[in-house]
Amino acid sequence: MTPIDFLSAILLLAGGVFFLAGTLGLLRFPDIYTRLHALTKADNVGLGLVVAGLALQTESLAAAGKLLLIWLLVLLAGASVAYLVARTARQREIRPWKR
Amino acid sequence: MTLLQTAFDAVLGIALLWLAWRALASPNLFRAIVLFIAFGLLMALAWVRLEAPDVALAEAAIGAGLTGALLLAAWARLESATETSRVGDPGEKPNPVPDKAQTGKMACLMLVLLLSGIAAWLGYAVFGLHLLPGGLAEQVATNLDASGVSNPVTAVLLNFRGHDTLLEIAVLLLALLGVWSLSIVRQSPDSAPGLVLDTLSRVLVPILILVAGYLLWAGTHAPGGAFQAGSVLGAAGVLLLLSGWYLDERLSGLPLRAVLVLGLGVFITVAAGLLFIGGEFLEYPPSLAGALILLIEVAATLSIGITLAALFLGGQPDTGTRR
Repeated sequence: MTPIDFLSAILLLAGGVFFLAGTLGLLRFPDIYTRLHALTKADNVGLGLVVAGLALQTESLAAAGKLLLIWLLVLLAGASVAYLVARTARQREIRPWKR
Repeated sequence: MTLLQTAFDAVLGIALLWLAWRALASPNLFRAIVLFIAFGLLMALAWVRLEAPDVALAEAAIGAGLTGALLLAAWARLESATETSRVGDPGEKPNPVPDKAQTGKMACLMLVLLLSGIAAWLGYAVFGLHLLPGGLAEQVATNLDASGVSNPVTAVLLNFRGHDTLLEIAVLLLALLGVWSLSIVRQSPDSAPGLVLDTLSRVLVPILILVAGYLLWAGTHAPGGAFQAGSVLGAAGVLLLLSGWYLDERLSGLPLRAVLVLGLGVFITVAAGLLFIGGEFLEYPPSLAGALILLIEVAATLSIGITLAALFLGGQPDTGTRR
């Protein structure tokens, strides 16, 4: 196992942890706003780590660039959709959860 | 195949069956649609596992993405329709008029008979086929040089089995004609999408158009092609429609129709033109095959993209002449 492989594995596993935590949050958090919070963490950081881990394994810069582009597009779409969902929830007067 | 891959495939297969069952059995329509979209995405993964990236792309873009968007749009309309009927809109007549219901039943029966007939005919045709052991992959590989492209999937779709693709494009156009005959959509120029959606569409739409062009060009030698590129173009159209963009009335008449029929028109023109120069229907001369396929694919991509976006609009755009 080369150092690059090792680094890849660490990044991929860390990404997996974020996805797991995000999924857990999506399933277990009490209201739509907190669930969105959990979901966007998995999308942004989790996918970022996975993309970084995979980019280390690519053979050409072009392939790594495509992976990076995927991440950037997901960031853009994820942030916008999270905003739209939250705004719609506010408009429907869904109250944020309180303890 | 390693144990890990087998385990992954098994989980994927079970998840697919479970999602399909849940989507069909769910009494909540919205939940069923979301499950259907998830099913489409996992289905795309399954195609990747079967080493069919072309089908995976089409499944993700059309099966999950655009069909999902169409279903959600239909759901939103159903919701607002049931709300107005609950309020009891006095301007509208109750829909099922008695003697119309009788004709409806007859039409239903005719349709069932017709469809059963077609199904029986198709079944007869399929069971009568002489299937080659191992499929047709070898024949495709030996004839690939003459097809004008180096991606075997594109070679099959646009050259060896061009009839099928021609009919698929016709079916898409027919579907749109059906939708158009149902309703006219008055596009409202004054809907405000909000800053975020507006910015998102301004950033994403040029990228989507670029990706569509890339997929179209890549289709000759790698996974991609007219349907994949067209569906990405359609997604750009859906995004534009969602963010309050609308087609100018001057363009929603003849110009829109021209683009809609462009793909089928070019395909048929090429096919018929080949008859004139002494070939067979859709049998390209090998020296021209590459250029003709690219021409057909460019036209088909435009038409497929605009048709899918028009399907999402859910009716014939108002041209202002009927007011």
